[in-house]
Amino acid sequence: MTAIETKDLTYLYSRGTPFEKAAVDGVSVSIEEGDFVGVIGHTGSGKSTFIQHLNGLLRPTSGQVLLYGRDIWEEPKKIREVRFQVGLVFQYPEYQLFEETVERDIAFGPSNMGLSPGEIRDRVREAADFVGLSPDTMQKSPFELSGGQKRRVAIAGVLAMRPRVLILDEPTAGLDPKGRDQIFHEIAQYHGKTGSTILLVSHSMEDVAKYAKHVLVINDARKIAFGTVDEVFSHTGELVEMGLAVPQITKIFAQLRARGFELSPHVYTVEAARRELLRVLGKGGAQDA
Amino acid sequence: MDAIISAKDLVFSYPGDTELALDHVSLTVGKGDLVAVLGHNGSGKSTLAKHFNAILLPQGGVCYVDGINTADEDRLLELRSRAGMVFQNPDNQIVATIVEEDVAFGLENIGVPPEEIRIRVDEALTDVGMYEYRLHAPHQLSGGQKQRVAIAGIIAMMPKLIILDEPTAMLDPRGRAEVLETVIKLNREFGVTVLLITHFMDEAAACRRVVVMDDGRILLDAPPKEVFSHVSLLKQVGLDVPQATEIIHELRRSGINLPDDIITDEECVEALSSLLASSGKGGGRA
Amino acid sequence: MLKDITIGQYFPGQSAVHRLDPRMKIILTMLYIVALFVADNFQGLLLSAVFAAAGYLISGIPLSMIRKSMKPVIPIIVFTAVLNMLFVEGREIFRLGFLKITLEGVVLAVLMVTRIICLIAGSSLLTYTTSPIALTDAIEQLLAPLKRLKMPVHELAMMMTIALRFIPTLIEETDKIMSAQKARGADMESGGIMRRAKALIPILIPLFVSSFRRADELALAMECRCYHGDEGRTRMKQLRYAPRDFMALGMLAVLLVLVLLFNRIFPSMY
Repeated sequence: MTAIETKDLTYLYSRGTPFEKAAVDGVSVSIEEGDFVGVIGHTGSGKSTFIQHLNGLLRPTSGQVLLYGRDIWEEPKKIREVRFQVGLVFQYPEYQLFEETVERDIAFGPSNMGLSPGEIRDRVREAADFVGLSPDTMQKSPFELSGGQKRRVAIAGVLAMRPRVLILDEPTAGLDPKGRDQIFHEIAQYHGKTGSTILLVSHSMEDVAKYAKHVLVINDARKIAFGTVDEVFSHTGELVEMGLAVPQITKIFAQLRARGFELSPHVYTVEAARRELLRVLGKGGAQDA
Repeated sequence: MDAIISAKDLVFSYPGDTELALDHVSLTVGKGDLVAVLGHNGSGKSTLAKHFNAILLPQGGVCYVDGINTADEDRLLELRSRAGMVFQNPDNQIVATIVEEDVAFGLENIGVPPEEIRIRVDEALTDVGMYEYRLHAPHQLSGGQKQRVAIAGIIAMMPKLIILDEPTAMLDPRGRAEVLETVIKLNREFGVTVLLITHFMDEAAACRRVVVMDDGRILLDAPPKEVFSHVSLLKQVGLDVPQATEIIHELRRSGINLPDDIITDEECVEALSSLLASSGKGGGRA
Repeated sequence: MLKDITIGQYFPGQSAVHRLDPRMKIILTMLYIVALFVADNFQGLLLSAVFAAAGYLISGIPLSMIRKSMKPVIPIIVFTAVLNMLFVEGREIFRLGFLKITLEGVVLAVLMVTRIICLIAGSSLLTYTTSPIALTDAIEQLLAPLKRLKMPVHELAMMMTIALRFIPTLIEETDKIMSAQKARGADMESGGIMRRAKALIPILIPLFVSSFRRADELALAMECRCYHGDEGRTRMKQLRYAPRDFMALGMLAVLLVLVLLFNRIFPSMY
């Protein structure tokens, strides 16, 4: 079942002035329910503008966004309903925290949905669990937490709306390696448990390779590719030209292949590299042909 | 090599904290060195850096930078013009509304004559590759460009030491590469001592010396090759190693004989090539 | 989007007016205002109006901009005009109940309106042709003598510079926070005044928090770059008067003399 779909989505900036410019240019893409899609593109490629269309924060200049088959702008007055179904976690989301306690901040989304106090409580607890916030943090002020904790609170604030589609824009930007791994782990767990559709915006091919099933590449406001991780990442050279960071291990494998060694072109993580090398060396159990 | 930083037994704790942010840290850095300081958030790496230009003063121990005791209030301006600092958030360190005016800011503060400011500003902007943007407003620039402007503002003061406190944490890959390239160039071509605080392993691997901090103490202090050979220790303290190092480490754990000091792509490719060639697995048109 | 709002009203250009020293432009504007208030007849005011129009022509700023800058003060203009017409004693030309309009009143009203229009056109020309940063510098230098009276002239100028620097950053930030709260279902478009005011809290608090954080970080960065106030500070860009500045001053002096002369030749309107 298709969760979210865009049809020829176009968005123009400064319309009708000499500065008119397309930030999103005719993007059509269809994402299945339960998929985990990595969205990659460098800063200014249009990927941020693109995702803000999926929950109706921006209205397309032309084209359509369909959520479970329905145009989200069918009834513009009900656009808030769409935002509850398509959760969007912005970059550096900790800068949006404002409530007196962590609990009340996470409850902001569910309260806007008009849910009962009991229901709100349940959802806040569930969301806090997903991101590993301990019960004693719930009554603290969000402003006294560490950077990584603040970010968790902000993510929980979106999860508490129980969106069917969850979009995260660079959720680990600025965190140290440990913080980054924890957040990704929590997102992967959330995906596994709820089966919701996830879009992860990132400029790290490595993170996308680790967690996503499909990859959408946006460059210069256009869709460049949409396919499985292997399909898309086999075009390493083109991705580098777009200013994306290719994992070191992938570069190393490319050089080895250039030297004539028969190795898989689909290696983006150290784990995959290890398996591949052991296979070739005949030590990983599986013999090569 | 003469020492530019000479810190002995530094102790520091933030008000209200029971734990020590710096727990008897000693560090000596030679002139012209390129040193990375690694550590997870809260390891004390930023606290340490803030001692080198007297933002923080040691509660125990003593810190000399270019021969100046950082606790000497009378020489504060002199110290800060010799030890410049670039911060994480590019937006919050640019003061002026025009790029070249911002680069001039520090020089104006220390009373350099106008004609000389002009010359040094133009040179600094050229050195970081931002000369053509000299009349732009800061908000028209990308993150990497803003950081390069901030760096220009520091090098215009001709410091002997530049401390960069996670300058690339908020940048995209392109911006990170721009900034790292600029920093390395400053060190190589102008002999400026660089202290680069980071949590990106590839940046640390490009330095000559790596200091790893954990819990307010220095855990490792050695050339990158040696530091990154401690793969499991680094992982324990919440850090990564370069992927080139990690794959070799993984293979060694599976009982394959490989050198344990590999950190760059080239070294890794060489090591794996000879491994694959010696096991007769195709290719190898060396 | 908030981003579309333009800040200030500076029109970059290279005209003779643009290139005048900003300090001189401030002095000229003040002298021009003096001329407007000295003139007590139509001839003098008309001459002043011609002078302002010439300034616009030379600078290349479209005259239609005057109308735009006039918009916010229209109520005041209308109000003063009506007051003048109704309450100035003199020859009655129209009467409705207890309201009477006098000839003198009408004349004074027209005089007043002309003066206000010239005033706004003249001072807008200053902001149209001078960048905010140049204006700040000029004000700092013109007010420099006040430093001896312990007035914080430099500090005020620095505050203005920083404000100018951060306006675009804060606008962008407001935009971002608004989007983030809307993504959590914040409703900012419906409800009465109270509800809408309440809906601003989730935007204002994060904005304040982040502004304080920025201020902290900026202050630290400035200190690290040896900022310690005005003492011993030099400037890269020195303002220098050029011959054209004195020519412009001369032209304004001529205007003032002519206005004074007209005051003697032509009858006063008061």
